[in-house]
Amino acid sequence: MSDNLLSLKNVSKEYSGNKVLKDINIELKRGEIHALIGENGAGKSTLMNILFGMSVIHTTGGFEGTIEIEGKEANIKSPHDAMDYGIGMVHQEFMLIPGFTIMENIKLNREITKPNLVSSIFGKRLETLNIKRMNEDTRKALDLLDMDIEEYVQVAGLPVGHMQFIEIAREIDKTGLKILVFDEPTAVLTETEAANLLKAMKKLAQKGIGILFISHRLDEIIEVADAVTVLRDGEHVATKNIEDTNKYEIAQLMVGRSITLDREEGLNRNIVDETILDIKNLHVAMPGERVKGVDLKVKKGEIVGIGGLAGQGKLGIANGLMGIFPAKGEVEFKGKKSALNDPKSAIKSGMAFVSEDRKGVGLLLDESIESNIVFSAMQINNEFLNNFGPVKLKDSAKIREHANKMIKDLDIRCTSSMQRVGSLSGGNQQKVCVARALTLNPELLLVSEPTRGIDIGAKKLVLDLLKQLNNEGMTIIMTSSELAELRSICDRILIICEGKVEGELPPDAPDAEFGLMMSGSGNGNSEGREA
Amino acid sequence: MVEVKRKKTTFRDIVNKIGFPTIFIGGFWILLLIAGGALGISVITLLSDTIKRAGMNGILVLAMVPSIQSGTGPNFALPVGVVCGLFALVCSIEFGFTGWAWLFVSIAFAIPLATLVGYLYGRLLNAVKGSEMTIATYTGFSIVAAMCLAWLMIPFQSPNMGWFIGKGLRETIQLDAIGGAHILSNFLRFSLFGEKGFITINGESGIIIPTGMLLIFFICCIIVWLYFRSKSGIAISAGGINPKFAQSSGINIDRCRIKANVLSTILGAIGIIVYSQGYGYAQLYTAPLMMAFAAVAAVLIGGASASRAKVSHVIIGVLIYQGLFTTALPVANQLFEGTDLSEILRMVIQNGIILYALTQVKGGDN
Repeated sequence: MSDNLLSLKNVSKEYSGNKVLKDINIELKRGEIHALIGENGAGKSTLMNILFGMSVIHTTGGFEGTIEIEGKEANIKSPHDAMDYGIGMVHQEFMLIPGFTIMENIKLNREITKPNLVSSIFGKRLETLNIKRMNEDTRKALDLLDMDIEEYVQVAGLPVGHMQFIEIAREIDKTGLKILVFDEPTAVLTETEAANLLKAMKKLAQKGIGILFISHRLDEIIEVADAVTVLRDGEHVATKNIEDTNKYEIAQLMVGRSITLDREEGLNRNIVDETILDIKNLHVAMPGERVKGVDLKVKKGEIVGIGGLAGQGKLGIANGLMGIFPAKGEVEFKGKKSALNDPKSAIKSGMAFVSEDRKGVGLLLDESIESNIVFSAMQINNEFLNNFGPVKLKDSAKIREHANKMIKDLDIRCTSSMQRVGSLSGGNQQKVCVARALTLNPELLLVSEPTRGIDIGAKKLVLDLLKQLNNEGMTIIMTSSELAELRSICDRILIICEGKVEGELPPDAPDAEFGLMMSGSGNGNSEGREA
Repeated sequence: MVEVKRKKTTFRDIVNKIGFPTIFIGGFWILLLIAGGALGISVITLLSDTIKRAGMNGILVLAMVPSIQSGTGPNFALPVGVVCGLFALVCSIEFGFTGWAWLFVSIAFAIPLATLVGYLYGRLLNAVKGSEMTIATYTGFSIVAAMCLAWLMIPFQSPNMGWFIGKGLRETIQLDAIGGAHILSNFLRFSLFGEKGFITINGESGIIIPTGMLLIFFICCIIVWLYFRSKSGIAISAGGINPKFAQSSGINIDRCRIKANVLSTILGAIGIIVYSQGYGYAQLYTAPLMMAFAAVAAVLIGGASASRAKVSHVIIGVLIYQGLFTTALPVANQLFEGTDLSEILRMVIQNGIILYALTQVKGGDN
């Protein structure tokens, strides 16, 4: 009927009263590559979940708006329905069975079979595999992608680039494929592999398949896409033809915020010209947040922000410094060489860490507020203990006193210091985490995602608390996915991309520069920034 | 209307707090006691036996607390500690100690032995994180089997322990011969509601209280309770609840797990010595094979879970569990004469409780 292969019309989604998508309209034409870009939490994955009819959407009350495929309204209730409508997906993490051959992976559960004696009695499930025809099919799909690898090779041990192509081959082998979604396909690929992939995408588009391309690499989008849709905080910000825009504009659209936290200058900033922390070539093997060689100098009294998109390695830095994930590199703290991979010595030397994983690493949810607050100090610094010779028993009175002081100082809302931490609200749990770190009397406080999962009022309280601690002389390194909060309190902000420092910006730098750096294309514009 | 509703929630709160299995099994025990009374069985004798058996098993059940708290789950490898205790006990006999000296030498020798063995066992558990309970069960079985050989081969000479013909140690060693039977149980023993009045010192009728045995059980309880209020004990508990949290606070979790299992093995060793004197016999060979299961079931009935246990769970659990079985046996024999139903009942309840508790383990903590 029309040229439109897929149209999303006024799609909205609420999760328990919280609007995560508002009136999204996307039109995908036959043979078009349509890029979808947005920060973490902008609503990209929710949109894809809707498109694929994932159960999480239907168990939380469905969505509003309509999806049309080739001009007809489509009712996608499950991933299986999505497949029937001709929608395929290339996953970011490979869903392949290593011990199977390429052909077996591609044809899994869609095997071509021929009847035999046993199957004529016991049914279709026992038919013989038609290996020859399956190999032919696989060959066709691989040829389409210019892959000169044999179809009977085992998947295990192949380079990641090849695995990605096998995923694609599986999708295009499905008959009736009309729409193919690529979810950040180049994130795990090397440069040449990525270039090959983009070439393959163009080739597929020429065959008339519509491609939805989710990526945060602006350069790729400019290179390959025909149109781009920008999402921000669940809102449809803009859809533009690539010819009419440039990466600077896209970056600005992606980052620019309607709500911003105001930045007020601290009155008595007391940054001393003394390097308290000097990191050289830090590598951290944190799964999903790998750090691949970071250099960073922090002056005493500073608040340094570390930003970047998820998966780029920003969270790995603090976790590596504290010895929670294996790290290597050179770290000097207070002029002394600091041992890596040893949480105990890191804490002893005067660092404290508020983890991004509040419920997993940060708290003992079933224990009381007071046990949580004093735990580290008791274990590392031997505080809050009564000594009876070699026996060290906890000093309940002292613990209670200290906990009550912290509850008052940080304004933790609770019934008593005996309350279970798990029953507190997110903001108050975060304060308990901060209280535990402060009980160690640190000189350097590492805070990761301090406002994750807490409401806007509590966010401000936590940020004010950090500012106040800094005014009292504490050096702070804050890691956050929320650029606005980094910009509201930090003295300078480092943007991490692909495990390395992409660049450093003052908090009042324009939105677009942050956006470009986060997308890994900051260097091209660095002259412009200096000017 | 509102009143009724509030009352309902309070009842549910109590059930939640104590735990449904605890209340159910406890209620069943009381029911059996009443039934026993109605059938003409002496309730006083039943209670007396209950206390005796609870005292005998108490420390073995207590051995579950450190291992559960450290996150390695109930110590299904209790026989490891038990054979350490038995070995110390027979050595003490072999060296000619009798009476109190026999008891103290047994315990004094059992502790370093159990420490060493517990350390090795802890190392083993650290190598198999994630499947501790299965590995523990088979470790227990294997060590019992290995010790069956050892009991036979050991060149001990004491006439109190050998077979009358051939080499090796007897299956059951009577402790009367060395003055070790009931030595703790008889210490400061008294009885309640006996024939000779409310309290009779060294009484033989009524509810007999084996003071010495209960005393050593409570002392062990207090030590364990205090230990889990110490720096080291708190570190073990934290490592058990949330290993990532403990690690980020600079705690060496592997060492904590080893410490906890050493403590558990020591308690198992002391526990079997106390058990043997209370029973009057030391049982070798395959006797320790199933001991872990009764202890695990007892602590779980007391309200512990496979990941959280307190000393109070031990005391409540051992009373209810032992009470149930000392009562069930005579009552079932009265009701179904000539059948072995009580033993079947015992197996059903013991293994049912373990099964129930293991299904309640919340995953994802490793």
